[in-house]
Amino acid sequence: MANVRIIDVHQGVFEANDLVAAEVRAINKNNGTFMLNVMASPGSGKTTLLMATLKELIKINPEIKIGVMEADIDASVDAEKIATLGGNVRSIQVHTGGECAMDAQMALEAINEFDTKDLDLLILENVGNLVCPAETDTGADCKVVLLSVPEGDDKPLKYPLMFEVANIVLITKIDTMSFFNFDREAVVKNIRMRNPNASIIFLSAKTGEGMTEWTNYLVSKLITA
Amino acid sequence: MHELGVVFYVIKDVANVAVENKVSTVNSVTLEIGEVSGIVHDYLIDCWNWARKKEPCVENAELKIETIDAVTFCENCEKNYPTVAYGKICPHCGSDKTYLVTGNEFMIKEIAVPED
Repeated sequence: MANVRIIDVHQGVFEANDLVAAEVRAINKNNGTFMLNVMASPGSGKTTLLMATLKELIKINPEIKIGVMEADIDASVDAEKIATLGGNVRSIQVHTGGECAMDAQMALEAINEFDTKDLDLLILENVGNLVCPAETDTGADCKVVLLSVPEGDDKPLKYPLMFEVANIVLITKIDTMSFFNFDREAVVKNIRMRNPNASIIFLSAKTGEGMTEWTNYLVSKLITA
Repeated sequence: MHELGVVFYVIKDVANVAVENKVSTVNSVTLEIGEVSGIVHDYLIDCWNWARKKEPCVENAELKIETIDAVTFCENCEKNYPTVAYGKICPHCGSDKTYLVTGNEFMIKEIAVPED
């Protein structure tokens, strides 16, 4: 039997991705673009919140230039919805082709292909999933995690990494609070246990409650980008 | 689904290492995986056995997995404890000011190639 030789690798599997993510960050910084990575479960209201947020941002500044990268395994429904908004909003559909999350390479390719130089804000709507997207750095400047009231206040305990990596957690669909056994204080406590620093905002894209607080947060980030 | 995506990262990295070391065949790949990294070993091996056929240099390579124990450190009483048994709350003093020391790893440790 032939002898074998061992080659030491000692390399983190996500290290290559982290390098590309740094490249994405550098490109965006140079262009003055603030990139947001929006992560959540399917059905948590990502697209609805996004539509409401974009409308508000356009109201505040009609000149604002926004790109929305829609990452889905295979669909173009969300991109079509966003195209109806008009203004200076461009939609960029990225099919991950079966991958359960966007990675930095996909983000880099999308940025190059769609020429994002002029954008103030680039929003990545990640694949609906509370596991994989948390593990993969896309090169975004800010990670937003949505948790909708019907999903339950225990989710930060069940998907700890997602809540650990978040810069801000948005509790969505709070207009449905009375129908579900959702404890406001418990959810804050469960998030804090994993992440003492994340901002937490309760909102409803439907009634508009909490939307000002959220758009103010975004605007403050855009000013410093 | 999650494991499959991860397997493609591993294959890409291993293929690069093979090219750098001028080898065309890899006998085995050894990973170090933390106990709480969220990777299911059996699924990972199933995905590996399917995906390796797509990359000639790892086509016949066996995947070996070494587990790294998850250990959490308590800032309050400055003791370590096993993460899987006790989670976020320190079993020594009840504090939640704790953080993971090891157990989150997902590394390619080494590859074995035929001796030339």
